[in-house]
Amino acid sequence: MSKPLIEVKGLCKYFGATARPLRAVDDVSFSIQQGETLGLVGESGSGKSTIGRTLLRLLDATDGQVLYRGEDLGAASGKRMRTLRSKLQMIFQDPYASLNPKMRVRDILGEALKVHGLAPGKLARDKRVAELLTLVGLRAEHADRYPHEFSGGQRQRIGVARALAVEPEFIVADEPLSALDVSIQSQVVNLLCDLRDQLSLTMLFISHDLDVVEYLCDRVVVLYLGRVMEVAPTGALFAQPLHPYTQALLAASPKPDPLDSSIFTPLKGDIPSPINPPSGCVFRTRCAHALEACAQTVPPVQNLGNGRFKACLRDDLAL
Amino acid sequence: MTTRSSSSPESSLGLRLDVRHLSTSFTTDEGVIPSVADVSFSIRPGKTTALVGESGSGKSVTSLTLMRLLPRTAATQVAGQALYTNAKGDTVDLLQLPEAAMRAIRGNEIAMIFQEPMTSLNPVFTIGEQIAESLRLHKKLDRAAALAEARRMLELVEIPAAAQRVGEYPHQLSGGMRQRVMIALAMACGPRLLIADEPTTALDVTIQAQILQLMGRLQTETGMSMLFITHNLGVVAHHADDVAVMYSGRIVESAPVRGLFAQPRHPYTQGLLACLPSQQRKRAASNEAREGPIGPRRLFAIRGQVSSPLSPPPGCAFEPRCDQAISGCQSAMPGLRLDDDGRSARCILTPQSVSEVS
Repeated sequence: MSKPLIEVKGLCKYFGATARPLRAVDDVSFSIQQGETLGLVGESGSGKSTIGRTLLRLLDATDGQVLYRGEDLGAASGKRMRTLRSKLQMIFQDPYASLNPKMRVRDILGEALKVHGLAPGKLARDKRVAELLTLVGLRAEHADRYPHEFSGGQRQRIGVARALAVEPEFIVADEPLSALDVSIQSQVVNLLCDLRDQLSLTMLFISHDLDVVEYLCDRVVVLYLGRVMEVAPTGALFAQPLHPYTQALLAASPKPDPLDSSIFTPLKGDIPSPINPPSGCVFRTRCAHALEACAQTVPPVQNLGNGRFKACLRDDLAL
Repeated sequence: MTTRSSSSPESSLGLRLDVRHLSTSFTTDEGVIPSVADVSFSIRPGKTTALVGESGSGKSVTSLTLMRLLPRTAATQVAGQALYTNAKGDTVDLLQLPEAAMRAIRGNEIAMIFQEPMTSLNPVFTIGEQIAESLRLHKKLDRAAALAEARRMLELVEIPAAAQRVGEYPHQLSGGMRQRVMIALAMACGPRLLIADEPTTALDVTIQAQILQLMGRLQTETGMSMLFITHNLGVVAHHADDVAVMYSGRIVESAPVRGLFAQPRHPYTQGLLACLPSQQRKRAASNEAREGPIGPRRLFAIRGQVSSPLSPPPGCAFEPRCDQAISGCQSAMPGLRLDDDGRSARCILTPQSVSEVS
């Protein structure tokens, strides 16, 4: 197996007071191979976005490491990090909040080029901006417009163009579709697919939409309350989820088919508070299969072979 | 404020709500915006009609017009009829009722749940007091009896430790719990029609599943009708009986849920369904079975975007994005064609059209 592009080892991110911190991310490990698209799924408060931000050091990790080509990003100096950011980019969730309303598209995209010394000179920069806009399916003359002159889908395209401006290797896409309408979502999904293939990008795709994750990702990490529940290749995960939480999550998302009459019992209760997470397995308070032992020990993430991992004590379940 | 063509309310053939040619426009500095244009649909007793569409398609304005909750400051023109059959069996036009009569219906016979459980509860009153308010107003219960009833409602919506929760404030509850409180509030007076505007959009899927199950149970128990506004086709597939699809303020297709998903007739509905990754997978699987492995997968996408309501296309609103458009589509807005099987579509290409809805 080749060396992974991104390796996350025992990543923790706590917020707030040291005595009783909010454990947003707790001991999360995974790796992303070059050219791979990894899906990160989970409900709100599961730590998806925090992981995405910590990966690019928009947040500093409390503990653990993020390695990019073997280099520890946590140890990188500010200057080094700035250089590295041209390789590591992010697409944000809200295309209305992530573009500066006072800047023209030309400057939004040009700024990234300027900072990293790419396409020096006004002429070269304008040419590159035009190129980028065409790449994401907009027109070169859109460079003179302001963000408010675009629809949500077009803004998200600008967000994608900005991330691509510096020719990154790795992109964190944090719920890039959730602010968009269904018909526009599929346009952006196709764009991401095309660009990924064209530019051989590696991607961390953060989403709560399991349908899109199944379509777009090679492998999936399932999170709950800041911890990894299950990791598996996409096909295997959706065909046969092994962790009780993954099963509940898949069953709960309604299929757009009125004839699908699969009956399921929704999970009881709410996600517990990350300030005061349950002892042992964090999912046990809502799990139908929980035993007393689940409250005692934090289940380790076991390797089940074929790229599958799960953190659950119940190996006896006929799943 | 309200202008409309006058005609006496007629009986609506056993329908609980019969909306006919509803139009709502707003006068703005840039011009008149027809948010809802010529919308007709109906809701049967004990059944759920879903109103589906993307942002800006007029779903929420439709519901607010029906409830007469549009802000008074908005310069609105409303036309059409909304014939509601009340508990006594009389049919009234919601758009014509005097404000006092409307107030007696609102929150009583017709209740509403909003999308944002965070912002639609009052932060300075306990949830018990908020539920009790409508009971005191409509059912003339005294304070103690209303609070006791509020507690019973919280139990009905499966809120644990209801006796304690009744005295808590909205900020002490999670999003799912708040939406349960909203439902308890709406259900307090035993409504016969519940308008739910994206009730689960702000919630996680596992919580959404809980809320939908709860709403289904309450509907079975009480026999209320529901107008379910959503953009989530998965939710529609499982929780609606009839579906009306909106685009740019107009209904482009309406059909029973199974028929709509099995055989969408309007190109927009076809596109919406084809956009879904799961549908794409199904297509790809059957194609591969037929023709062997295919190249890189692509999602179906509806090209372009919704036109601005200030400069609508001359003909069919969907024509600029429609792959099946022919030259005739640009000449005039097609009428909603009613088919023999009770389905209708607003497209000149639908072959089965027999007669046009006037």
